[in-house]
Amino acid sequence: MRGTTSRSVPAPLLAPALVAVAFLVLPLIGLLIRAPWGHLARALSGSDATQALVLSLWTASASTAISLIIGVPLAWVLARTRFPGQRLLRSLVTLPLVLPPVVGGVALLLALGRTGFIGRLLDSWFGLTIPFTPVAVVMAETFVAMPFLILAVEGALRSADQGFEEAAATLGARPFTVFRRVTLPMISPAVGAGAVLCWARALGEFGATITFAGSFPGQTETMPIAVYYTLENDPEAAIALSLVLLVVSVVVLVSLRDRWVRGGTVS
Amino acid sequence: MTPNEKDGLFVSAAVSRGSFSLEVSLTAAPRQVLGLLGPNGAGKSTLLGAVAGLIPVTSGRIVLSGRVMDDAEAGTFVPVYERPIGYVFQDYRLFPHLTVTENVAFSPRARGIGRQAARSAATGWLSRLGLADLTERKPAALSGGQAQKVALARALAGEPALLLLDEPLSALDAGTRLDVQAELKRHLEQFSGPCILVTHDPLEALVLADRLIVLEGGRIVQEGTPAQVARQPATDYVAKLVGLNLYAGVADGSQVALTAGGTFVIADQGLHGDVLVAVRPSSILISTQRPEHTSGRNSWQAKITGLTLLADRVRIDVDGQPPALVDVTPAAVAELSLEPGRHVWLTVKATDTPVYTR
Repeated sequence: MRGTTSRSVPAPLLAPALVAVAFLVLPLIGLLIRAPWGHLARALSGSDATQALVLSLWTASASTAISLIIGVPLAWVLARTRFPGQRLLRSLVTLPLVLPPVVGGVALLLALGRTGFIGRLLDSWFGLTIPFTPVAVVMAETFVAMPFLILAVEGALRSADQGFEEAAATLGARPFTVFRRVTLPMISPAVGAGAVLCWARALGEFGATITFAGSFPGQTETMPIAVYYTLENDPEAAIALSLVLLVVSVVVLVSLRDRWVRGGTVS
Repeated sequence: MTPNEKDGLFVSAAVSRGSFSLEVSLTAAPRQVLGLLGPNGAGKSTLLGAVAGLIPVTSGRIVLSGRVMDDAEAGTFVPVYERPIGYVFQDYRLFPHLTVTENVAFSPRARGIGRQAARSAATGWLSRLGLADLTERKPAALSGGQAQKVALARALAGEPALLLLDEPLSALDAGTRLDVQAELKRHLEQFSGPCILVTHDPLEALVLADRLIVLEGGRIVQEGTPAQVARQPATDYVAKLVGLNLYAGVADGSQVALTAGGTFVIADQGLHGDVLVAVRPSSILISTQRPEHTSGRNSWQAKITGLTLLADRVRIDVDGQPPALVDVTPAAVAELSLEPGRHVWLTVKATDTPVYTR
């Protein structure tokens, strides 16, 4: 396209493309038009918005942290080792990407609920009950969001130049030292992008959370759930909450775009 | 096995990778630079990888400084990170996220030395290699020659017992290559262990290596000093590769006084001082009478001492001032009745004598 006039778009392509743009952008404009700009602060403070926002922020952050601690090692195992059943394992751990979240919530409830096969043990051995607690929120969000991180990191590991790891080994670095001092720093842009994606997905999580953790204000009612319930009796507050999530999403998108543009492993 | 396994490197091993198999037996003594030559796919990298521990041997063994590194029959395999080796990769592989100092301190750190001690060891190596100004740079900000030296410093900083160099100068442009080569030679002379140098470049092999091993198709086809290999190349590949006449001398503008005797007229590049003159065997003309009315600026009389028949040429070993290797066709040998003891005239054009500063 550089240097020449941009090519004209054929009408059969232009019309559907414009419809698509309208479809994606108009609802957001609707949100902005209806926003109670004059008394935004009041609309937000008048509900449980602050509570929900704080809960959402910390649970999304906690599930991102957990995903980093256990998801990055899993990505390494998937990218750098070979064993029978590996393809099946990769399919299983990335299943939550395509699974309806509400099904994930049901599955978590059946496994970890008081009568579930793990939940029963937790209850009888430690007196622990997970469903309908903030811990359940974190678990539901992690279940849905971690695969995003795993896929991003695994892809980066596969495309990373293993020559550097080989060089580190000839310099006397043991495998874990190689991972810590060479592999991880070199894929850090991808880990960062994966973590942001994971965090955004956790923040927006609705189906698995409401199924497994319920919607107790201050305990398990996250922002998306709060928006859903507030819309019935206080539309202005719901719109204000939605605006907050929209702003967060835009910030995430901008930060991701920056990382992806600079992306890759070697500057 | 060789009597003295305590010092040096001993390899007697086979490595199979798919349809390719490498079968070699070689030794490298301390302070010896072993040049490994061979066409692409000959198994040079596989051999280097096996010695480094990146590729396990299929049979046989590798012993370094009296310690068994790999023994397929006994089931011994020392992992790469426990082998006392320094590896300079063709593409250097400097860690892009670390500074020059951190790169060089990497090996001491990984081998269990404290952070401060590792840093000061790195600083020592960097100043020894003349890189003291670059300590805080990232590899991306280095020139090719600088990156090569940092890679060498990084390999040496782990105080290895064996140095492996995989085409260490091939990524450099021709201009910097000779400077870096001269410096590399200096550092290799100071290294107390054996060194294996893989190269494609005959000049590099002749200047840097004490002994050459030529690999073709996973087998050693020739072994000897650079002079021996050049005089009687075992295969045509070797002949083409190492048949370079290399003369040391002192340049003074358009003339070079050769250390081996005689003088060359060269294309004047304003060079003065110690130089190397390289002459291809195929660019020397041989005649049975004193050449007259020729454009060749350098003619000298010499005596044939040997002939070696190769696939498509005959390599003639000629003694004179200076001595030379000359390649001619088998037909020319017959026509001019070239045979040992015969006196001939050699001629070479001034433009066929590339000169390098030493």
